[in-house]
Amino acid sequence: MDEVEKTDLIFVIGSNTTEAHPVAALGLKKAVRYNGTKLIVADPRRIDLCRFADLHLGHRPATDVALINGILKVIIDEDLINKEFINERTEGFEDVRNLLSRFTIDEAERITGVPKEKIVKAARMYAGAKNALIYYTMGITQHSNGTGNVLSLANLVLATGKIGREGSGLNPLRGQNNVQGACDAGAISEYYPGYQKVNDEKNREKFERLWGAKLSEKIGLTATEMTEAADAEKIKAMYVMGENPLISDPDINHTRAAFSKIEFLVVQDIFMSETAELAHVILPASCFAEKDGTFTNTERRVQRVRKAVEPPGEAMEDWQIIMKISNAFGCKMEYEHPSQIMDELALSMPQCAGISFDRLNGLGIQWPCPDKAHPGTRTLHKERFTRGKGLFKPVEYIPPRELPDKEYPFTLTTGRMLTHYHTGTMTRRSAGTNEHVKEGYVEISPEDANRLNIKNGEKIRVSSRRGQIDIKAKVTTMVSPGIVFIPFHFKEAAANVLTSRELDPIAKIPELKSCAVKIEKK
Amino acid sequence: MKVIIDNKEIIANEGETVLEAAKRAGLKIPTLCHHPRLSNYGGCRVCVVEVGGMNRLITSCTTPVSDGMVVTTDSPKIRETRKTLLELILSDHPNDCMTCDKTGECALQDLAYEYGANVKENPYDGAMRQYPTEDKNQFIIRDFSKCILCAKCTRVCDEVRAVGAIDIMKRGFYAKVATSFDGVLDCEFCGNCVDVCPVGSLTEKLAKGKGRTWETGKVDTICGYCGVGCGITLHIKDNTVIKVTPTEKESVNNGALCVKGKFAYDFINNKDRLTRPLIKKDDKFVEASWDEAIDYTVKRLKEIKEKYGSNSIGGLSSARCTNEENYIFQKFIRAGIGTNNVDHCARY
Amino acid sequence: MTTKPKIIIGMGTCGLAAGARAVFEEAEKYIHEKKIGAQVIGVGCIGMCHEEPLLDIVMPKRTRVIYSRVTADMISKIIHSHIQKDKPEKGHVLSQMLPDDGANPYPSIPYYEEMPFNKKQHRIVLKNCGFINPLSINEYIARDGYEAAKNVLFSMKPEEIIDTVKRSGLRGRGGGGFPTGMKWEFCRKAEGSPKYLICNADEGDPGAFMDRSVLEGDPHSVIEGMIIAAYAIGANQGYIYVRAEYPLAVKHLKVAIAQAREKDFLGKNILGSGFDFDIDLKQGAGAFVCGEETALIASIEGERGMPRSKPPFPANKGLWGKPTNINNVETFANVPQIILKGADWYAGFGTEKSKGTKVFALTGKIKRPGLIEVPMGIPLKEIIFDIGGGVADGSRFKAVQTGGPSGGCIPAELIDTHVEYESLIAAGTMMGSGGMVVMDDSNCMVEMARFFLNFSTDESCGKCVPCRIGTKRLLEILERIVAGKAKENDLELLASLGGTVKTASLCGLGQTAPNPVLSMIRYFRDEYVEHIKDKSCRTGTCQALSRYIVNLDTCKMCGICVKGCPVDAIADGTKKTKKPALIDDEKCIRCGICFEKCPFGVIYTKGAKKAGHVKEGLSEVKV
Repeated sequence: MDEVEKTDLIFVIGSNTTEAHPVAALGLKKAVRYNGTKLIVADPRRIDLCRFADLHLGHRPATDVALINGILKVIIDEDLINKEFINERTEGFEDVRNLLSRFTIDEAERITGVPKEKIVKAARMYAGAKNALIYYTMGITQHSNGTGNVLSLANLVLATGKIGREGSGLNPLRGQNNVQGACDAGAISEYYPGYQKVNDEKNREKFERLWGAKLSEKIGLTATEMTEAADAEKIKAMYVMGENPLISDPDINHTRAAFSKIEFLVVQDIFMSETAELAHVILPASCFAEKDGTFTNTERRVQRVRKAVEPPGEAMEDWQIIMKISNAFGCKMEYEHPSQIMDELALSMPQCAGISFDRLNGLGIQWPCPDKAHPGTRTLHKERFTRGKGLFKPVEYIPPRELPDKEYPFTLTTGRMLTHYHTGTMTRRSAGTNEHVKEGYVEISPEDANRLNIKNGEKIRVSSRRGQIDIKAKVTTMVSPGIVFIPFHFKEAAANVLTSRELDPIAKIPELKSCAVKIEKK
Repeated sequence: MKVIIDNKEIIANEGETVLEAAKRAGLKIPTLCHHPRLSNYGGCRVCVVEVGGMNRLITSCTTPVSDGMVVTTDSPKIRETRKTLLELILSDHPNDCMTCDKTGECALQDLAYEYGANVKENPYDGAMRQYPTEDKNQFIIRDFSKCILCAKCTRVCDEVRAVGAIDIMKRGFYAKVATSFDGVLDCEFCGNCVDVCPVGSLTEKLAKGKGRTWETGKVDTICGYCGVGCGITLHIKDNTVIKVTPTEKESVNNGALCVKGKFAYDFINNKDRLTRPLIKKDDKFVEASWDEAIDYTVKRLKEIKEKYGSNSIGGLSSARCTNEENYIFQKFIRAGIGTNNVDHCARY
Repeated sequence: MTTKPKIIIGMGTCGLAAGARAVFEEAEKYIHEKKIGAQVIGVGCIGMCHEEPLLDIVMPKRTRVIYSRVTADMISKIIHSHIQKDKPEKGHVLSQMLPDDGANPYPSIPYYEEMPFNKKQHRIVLKNCGFINPLSINEYIARDGYEAAKNVLFSMKPEEIIDTVKRSGLRGRGGGGFPTGMKWEFCRKAEGSPKYLICNADEGDPGAFMDRSVLEGDPHSVIEGMIIAAYAIGANQGYIYVRAEYPLAVKHLKVAIAQAREKDFLGKNILGSGFDFDIDLKQGAGAFVCGEETALIASIEGERGMPRSKPPFPANKGLWGKPTNINNVETFANVPQIILKGADWYAGFGTEKSKGTKVFALTGKIKRPGLIEVPMGIPLKEIIFDIGGGVADGSRFKAVQTGGPSGGCIPAELIDTHVEYESLIAAGTMMGSGGMVVMDDSNCMVEMARFFLNFSTDESCGKCVPCRIGTKRLLEILERIVAGKAKENDLELLASLGGTVKTASLCGLGQTAPNPVLSMIRYFRDEYVEHIKDKSCRTGTCQALSRYIVNLDTCKMCGICVKGCPVDAIADGTKKTKKPALIDDEKCIRCGICFEKCPFGVIYTKGAKKAGHVKEGLSEVKV
């Protein structure tokens, strides 16, 4: 993250960095204020970071591809592309050029609502910078076309050659403390640890040998697919560890119905979560302060987590619980300490082969770290991309699945706020933070509020085709007319009652950032 | 370049201050307003040293080294000056260390002790500022009577956070750290001001009276909230986390935290924590022993696997758990249950 | 030479305060009504503040005649006689100026230049003040204005300018006395761009008004000095930081800058020389500490006006972190003359180490307060007695404070001290920016120290400990001394704490704040000891120490003091009791009502008139 000190321009899109990643945002602000780094912010809301931005592109929710394509179109038309980089390190550029030849900047303006002068300015600023970093988070990925969003950003990066050196690149900021680590460690259906495909025979043989068991060759279901499968009564049992899909999943009413159909649900958690209430067995687990292990941060940095206190009562550390169940199930696990698990993880995952607990002091190690002597890797894709050459993939703008209409005239977008975290399990059970911000709210523009005669602080009803919630109105210029925003942390007024289950066909990410709602006075 | 500090020849770096050079050479110079991550200030003056060829004492925290500089960091004159400065500060300080939360980790207390400042019969006793304490927020107690105007809080708020919620108002003896129009504190509540406050002027509401620094164990770990991976230190007393501070060691966050990492730790001790395994019987949860719970779980999983096949079972792992836990969780689902139906919330 | 009669009125702040506005309006009205073909002009302060309002009349081919203490009702008489009859109105005439260009002097009017106030002065900085209309750039140009700027822009290299200024011996007139040429050279050689030039016009010493008078009376001389300095150091942007409490100076500066831009002396490509330079005006909000250069820089940057540690010096890291040169108003105003007349000419004035002239604001217990400019090295005695006319009749010159709240006092016994940077420092004070506060034997030296320290304590920004708390504690000690509550070791405490505040403070304010008290202890130790040990103030200034005493022999027992006393502290003193009044010192709150009300003057304060009365007084108290 200290890369921001070495860049000339930062482009933040779909990331309310100062609220969702406050400490990462410090680096951005510092670079802008003290190094003269330029900042472009693209976000439908006038987020706090806009205070520091040279340019704010307030595009409509879910029009990211149109915006990025518009920018790329200007870059190509004005010949600001990096030809050398395109020739040497990429393939498929012509496909993108062809696609964009049929796209106009006026169209970009029409779709995104961003004046074309601003799109041109953004294009020139980005292409003109010697080094440029792009930061994005869920504002890019949580769409039915989330993959397209990311690919269009990748096209932008490849066309201008702004990747593979310090100070340039495309960086997702991870929303949760160990999303990166959970993915790395194989907690995703299609990959064994280290992103080794489960449907590859060689990989399967390797893991069968390592684990001494016969493994399935079928790609598994993703979290969202499992919910659907439960609804279809194809999933009969579930073991849920430290997750609360009943708040974090889209269309909670549907999720609740699906989970209620599960014959046997085990929930391992630290609190009686909304999901745990539906369980048949609840296993009391431990929080981060009660165990040893490692977390991997958003920059692939593996860092040591150290046990500070004992879990309450009979609660146990999660790894011990899993081991107990696994052993009772007949799948032998004999670890005395998480360090031994890390040693096995290092064996299974070449990227982390050099990592072990005794090396993890201070700042930890950024993988890839192929051997014990390796110091770790700061920048990926320096000389070559994982697949060899960077591949351009033309992406066309697809409107979100659910657009506002007469009945549901507002676009709802959801996200995080500074004081609370995710489903609120922790921050809403901590005295200070819970008292500080007690309840949820819906942000609505002064124009819309006036029109609907809604006062700041008034309880109003927000409904979608999937459900309705009663929530306090926050009249603010943060949002533009026609758009409303709800943070999803509050179970009493859970934003995800309203959101839609539309999935991105590739990444299987739900469209949490855009759905149609209506607003009524109570 | 070469400088001589306390008769020791030191190779100093261009642009480095005398304090930094001395520190690298292992020499200790007292400071109150200096912080390595903030701009140099030169307000407290206790880091004064003598430099050959200069009549006045100079502050080591603000003076850059120059080639051939000869520096003395300790002499009767320096000690006397530091003592006077400390007595001046203490003459307008409540000196209620017995009940102050900062006792034991208070830079002023430590220096007063080291320099033998006369607290009981302070020759400089006189008028004191009378500003009421402000604590109308959930996190931070602002006791202005203890403030030594080192401006670390205002600098961290501006230079590191780019928030600028506080600055110094009024002047001279009555200068005060204040929000705009001297109102109540209403900011991001990152708590960085508390972390850098050298005295008991800014303290934590949640930690008040919970334990002295010498009573607490300190464990360095990683924050459990977002994906930035901030280094934190947990302060432990009686198996309870009573406070969180940014780790002083090298870390990705460089001494910064946010409101969640800093203040949202109380859930750990929440009375609603699950403490025993529960099995649902007749739609009600009943406490069970671990053996019962494990046996029942395994029995049911086996039955369902038998009846509907491995792929009728799914596992949801967690981005909140460690790498090791995620690894053995997916290993259990894949190798034990025999399905690849394992995933976590990466997508939302 | 004038063809029309000119009426010139001193419209500086001093003149206006004395009523010049009414005089000006009356003069305009009168010549309009009487259809007299004369011109009425407002000028800056000519220096003789004690004679304001001043009105001068210049008839064609005649010398300029000065009238003093003019009021509106004298206008018709003066103009009628002088302009219409060419007969100066003798009753109000002060003097006439020496004839130039063949002008014809009037008989039996003394010459202005030969008056005691002017005889020992030499005006370089003030050469135009009181002579030209400050709102007219043409009048400035007519007196060689902007010639120096033209010279440097077209025929001098920056290095030559710096060399000239160095050889002239000019030192900073703001108080520090750092050689100006060297300062410019540091900034010229400093790495970084852009470079900035700042004129410090944040004059703040109590009793000092040198810079104000220059800005009001001759703003173009400062602007021209800045153009030359900017060219020498390589700056294209300048700032004048002027205190907002000088509205007239601000107004004149604004007009002058606009005129200079119009005439192409400021802006892009000045006079086609290829050199760009412009000036912005920044108004200070009345903080004394903003006269300190780093605090001034912070203030321009929009930060709280707090000083920053040096080094780095502004020459290397100043405004916005860029090389910056700061000089004060008087320093800049000297520069055009140095360029025009040469370094040797300038160095011809003054002493070996202090060259040129210095402007002083002469105030306090002096007969002729005013603005003066004298060659460096002049004995203090000549300033106080020859120029200033000494102290009021019947009192004795005691000391003079130079350098304001940052300086110290020079006692009567050192009256032969020559006014130059080094000798003043040796005497325990400093040149300062030019305030000279004269004290006579009615001034209490403890109270004077308290006054100056109170000023410094009030003006401390609060950044550093010794200044923030140290000056407050010094003040508290002085407060208890004047209140008669001194502690035994207070004198030692003042000395030792004063020393720490001096050595350990961050900026000039704190480093010099103890100077007045330390120098007064040095020269008037006895007076301090009296206050502390005897609880007495020989001047009667310290109310808490003074005692009201009734002369028992002369009391008429009228009872007026008894009635007037708000706390019933006076016994007897009426016809009834047939005893003279007796003041109970325990009850007395020193309000002074009895003293003021006594119709026979038999009540006086202990030692109020002369030292020596103390003993006398005491013997009369029968308690």
